[in-house]
Parts: sequence; structure tokens; C-alpha cells
Amino acid sequence: MVTIDHYLVLSAVLFAIGTAGVFVRRNLITILLSIEIMLNAVNLSFVAFGRALGSGDGQLIVFFVMTVAAAEAAVGLAIVIGLFRHRQSLNPDSFMTLKW
Amino acid sequence: MGSETLFYVFGTIAIASSLMVIGQRNPVYSVLLLIASFGALSGLYVLLDAPFVAVIQIIVYAGAIMVLFLFVVMLLNAPHEDTEEDLARLGIEPPASSDGQLDANQAAIVYPRIGRGPARFGMVLALGLLVELWWALTKGHETGAFGTAAVSSVAALGRSLYSDYAFAFEVTSVLILVAMVGAVLIARREPR
Repeated sequence: MVTIDHYLVLSAVLFAIGTAGVFVRRNLITILLSIEIMLNAVNLSFVAFGRALGSGDGQLIVFFVMTVAAAEAAVGLAIVIGLFRHRQSLNPDSFMTLKW
Repeated sequence: MGSETLFYVFGTIAIASSLMVIGQRNPVYSVLLLIASFGALSGLYVLLDAPFVAVIQIIVYAGAIMVLFLFVVMLLNAPHEDTEEDLARLGIEPPASSDGQLDANQAAIVYPRIGRGPARFGMVLALGLLVELWWALTKGHETGAFGTAAVSSVAALGRSLYSDYAFAFEVTSVLILVAMVGAVLIARREPR
């Protein structure tokens, strides 16, 4: 019997993987991909909660999250292209000018 | 196959491919593995009686957003992590035997001052987050098995989207417009 707890635990594991990716990787594109993993983990828990409550609101929130993810990906990748044009590198350690 | 078996199959695929996204050094493989993870997630959405979300997940996420990522990776010629150029730019001598890419041991030798500390801290942070979420989830057991009622018809979703969520829907379209203009403005070449 699969309960909502199964889905929430799976969502938590995926979210933790995404968090680890943001901190561990040293490639801007992989960091953006890790953010997508986190957004999808949240989407999964939204749909699971919506199913448990018998309402369609969870699925509707997922559409909005997807829209925000698309906007974030477009702007984020544009910034990555701009940064790469300046430094010829995708390593976040190359962009330390704003660091005190 | 019962739905329980399918849940574990899809869940395993999602977790395994997400872990491999993190473990890859080649961004192209990372993007493709993330598409596999999204496919497994869309299977889970079908199991949750949300077929429309499953289809949208494939079409919009795997089809559009991931292709955008793949396009950028290939546009930037997919630089691997820890290449000689990266190290040279950071003022570190690349090891003599390097063929442009470092394995884990070499990276540990070459990166004594950058990367290791934050990476370890990030792993600890992620594990702490996992433990905390697990603790929070096992605390409350009011929610058990799923009820019988499920909203899975596209008509019901659309009616709710254009009535209850009409304002959020319109704001979303403005957000997309702003993101589009911003992306064009940021990524465009400076006119000389």
C-alpha cells in the first residue's frame, strides 16, 4: 500500500539531492540543473498532497511552478552565457569580483 | 504490476538518475540523465491520478526547458569541470599527466584550497536537511492512505485555472514576458 508518506519521503530525498548538487558541483549549468531537481521534488509533494486532499489545486500549483522554472531557466542561462562571454569559464570560483 | 511495484521502480529511477546528475562531470550527460529523472517523475504523476501533469511534465520540462539547457551546454561547447584552463585561470599548476580532465584523486591534490571545504559543508547540509525532513514527515501521521476522490479531468482543472486562479494565471503571463525580455537583454552582444 503506497501512502502519501512514501511520496513525501521520495520528494524529501530528491530535494536533498538537489541541495547537495548546488553546494558540491562547480559548474554553473549543473547548479541550475540541481535547482530544477529541487523544483521537481516540490512539484511531486504538491501533487501528492492534492491527491490526498481530493482537490485539483495541487496540480494547478504545479503549472505555476513550471512557469516560474521556465522563466528562471531562461534568465539563468542568459546570465550563464553572459558570464561565460566575460571569463570563458563556467566555474563559480572564477566569478569572485562581488565577494568581499 | 501493482501500483506499489511501479512506485518503487519509478522512485528508484528518479533517485538514481538525480544522483548521477550530481555525479557527472559532463554537463551533456547531466542534462540527459535529468530528462530520465523527469520521465520517472511523470510516471509517478500518472500513479497519483494526475495524467495531465504527467504529460505537461514531459512536453514542457523534458521537451522545452531541458532542450534549452542542452542548447546552452552545446552553445558554450560543454566545458567540463576542472579542466586545465580552469586551473590555469585560478593560478594553479595542472598536473603533468592531466589530459584536460582530472579524476577525483587528482582534483583532491590540485584543489587544496578551493572546493573541498564548501563541498563537504554542502554534503553535511544536504544530509541534515534530509534528516530534518524525514523527522518532520514521520512525526505527523494524520495523512495516511489516499482517498478515493481524485481530480484528474482536464476540464475541471481548466475551469479552476480560469476562474479561481485567473489573476495568478495573468500574472504568470506577465512573468514570462519579463523573463523573455530579460533573457534577450542579458544574453545579447554589446553593440560596439
